[in-house]
Amino acid sequence: MTATANTAMSKAEEREARRRAKRLKRFDSPWMNPKLLWGAGILIGILLFGFFGRLLWDPELVFIGSAPLNLPPLGFENLRGDGGSTAHPLGTQSSGRDILALLIVGAPNTLFIGVIASLIGMAIGIVLGFSAGFIGGRTDDVIRVIADVMITIPPLMVLIVFQTSIGEIGIVMMGVLLSGFMWQSPTRLIRAQVLSMRESGYVRMARLSGASTFDIMFKEMLPNLVPYLFGSFIAIATTAIVTAVGLETLGLGPQRVPTLGRVIYEAIDSAALLRNMWWWWGIPTALLATMFIGLLLVNLGLDEVANPKLRKV
Amino acid sequence: MSGGTTKAIPVEYLFNRLLTFFLTVFIAASIIWLIPRLSPIDPAEAMLGRMAAGAGFVENADQILADLRTQFGLDEPLWKQYLAYLKSLAVFDFGVSVANFPTPVAQMLAAALPWTIGLMIVSVVIAFIIGNAAGAFMAWQETPKTWKVVIPAAMIFTSIPPILSGLLLMWLFSAQLGWFPLTGSYGLFVTPGWNWEFIYSVIEHGALPALSIVVVTFGFWALGMRGLMTTVQSEDYVQLAKAKGLRPRYILYRYMIRNAILPQVTAFALKIGLLVTGQILVERIFSYNGMGKLIYDAILNQDFAVIQGASYVVILMTAASVLLVDLLYPFIDPRIRHGGGR
Repeated sequence: MTATANTAMSKAEEREARRRAKRLKRFDSPWMNPKLLWGAGILIGILLFGFFGRLLWDPELVFIGSAPLNLPPLGFENLRGDGGSTAHPLGTQSSGRDILALLIVGAPNTLFIGVIASLIGMAIGIVLGFSAGFIGGRTDDVIRVIADVMITIPPLMVLIVFQTSIGEIGIVMMGVLLSGFMWQSPTRLIRAQVLSMRESGYVRMARLSGASTFDIMFKEMLPNLVPYLFGSFIAIATTAIVTAVGLETLGLGPQRVPTLGRVIYEAIDSAALLRNMWWWWGIPTALLATMFIGLLLVNLGLDEVANPKLRKV
Repeated sequence: MSGGTTKAIPVEYLFNRLLTFFLTVFIAASIIWLIPRLSPIDPAEAMLGRMAAGAGFVENADQILADLRTQFGLDEPLWKQYLAYLKSLAVFDFGVSVANFPTPVAQMLAAALPWTIGLMIVSVVIAFIIGNAAGAFMAWQETPKTWKVVIPAAMIFTSIPPILSGLLLMWLFSAQLGWFPLTGSYGLFVTPGWNWEFIYSVIEHGALPALSIVVVTFGFWALGMRGLMTTVQSEDYVQLAKAKGLRPRYILYRYMIRNAILPQVTAFALKIGLLVTGQILVERIFSYNGMGKLIYDAILNQDFAVIQGASYVVILMTAASVLLVDLLYPFIDPRIRHGGGR
């Protein structure tokens, strides 16, 4: 651009151009890739469904006997020939619980279990991963071996033993229990990243300039790990939810609060498949599937943020 | 350590892997032992409760309670109980089932395991082949356009746990269309043995459980393969092969897939735990005669010995598969050497 062109441009135009460039740049950010946006949109949608659902629909309908039995969704007929009603648009199940209310209360519960488990798991993972990678030596050996050992133990099996011997638990407790199996992969990932970053130029620079270990860890290195941390967070949240749903469909897991897995368990247990009550198991299944697709999309999107190579594909 | 030319596994690496394996099994077994000890439920009292529920009344309840405690070894100090437990695990002695009273748990596990392992091998092999083929074609430049749309669309299923796909397939193909039997692992009127009827029945019953696992796992392999293929695509030897004018299909099979497929085997080791537990849940909804049904029935019956034994065996299976992959991998991929070679 020449100097004359610059002066010819009025101040307002200049500001407008700068704003446009900024906006373009913002959309050019790797964080704005469609996979990430769609995935996050789906997950936020499910949360909003749970939030506004409580306001717009009566959550009391999850209780047994609060609605007529075995009603089909609106516009369908059940085996007895009853039609759906607007009072229960997604139908009801065989002990008189409203499916829509179950979904509204159950879906956020299922997500929360995953979020609690992976928040705790990430916190442990960050502390252990940094300690192992940064301090090294004996600390590293111990942490690495424990993480390697624990990563092969399938959480579901241990939790089945736990549930059958301890019994009733709530949502938060379930998340806490699951987190005992969710810290291993972030620990390994962060350790590997820290090891490769430790010798990089900017960390050496920070060390030479007298920054404290804490500052180097959390002010210099942590920001560079953010895409990995998010990716790891979503990955372990997915695993936690898969495990939780598995436990719930075995009839274990929280029993007093509805979760999507528990709805499916009751459906299988009452032979909903044979009675052709597809809405009972099918709708929660579809919602869970949507949730997992959302998580997958977020994960793929974060992968693109972390590995620029993938963006071209 | 010996140089790269020998194929033998270095002792140090073998020792490390075995140590990890035993540590895994040991820690898992200890956790499984510890959890019930934290529970307020007394197994002897629970068993007496069962008897009382069955008979309505139990005479000499105190005497029986004391006897049961001795039989379970509950009157011993905890460390003795723990050592006895470890010893019994080493010889696969898990006690007797409470629900099917005198049957040893080991016998029930031995009956269930072949079904689980059989189903697992079939579904894993099919998923591996389909997944890697899909991944390769997704990254290959010569793939027809339609395939490039169809394959990623199919990958959506990757994120769904097999239990959900199992439910959908079961509803569609068994309950609605009636193409496959709904539950079980072979027909009611078939005598187990090496006859065609039985084999046909087993295949018919296993098709849907296997399919529901394949549908949701092949995408994992496909994703990995796509990533590896994009790396391989820009390698010098592929460029050279192209420059030589070799047919694209020949380059794909002989140059690209052959090199890209190797790290996929390691990925298997990471996935195995989820695969096993996912399959167990699938077996539960299909009432397939494997570990899944065994565990589910045990949960319903509060049959703790079976649950403990089954969990231990599944953990053992997972750890053993990881060990196997770790040990076999360097033989499959000559570029990797055991242990500190890198």
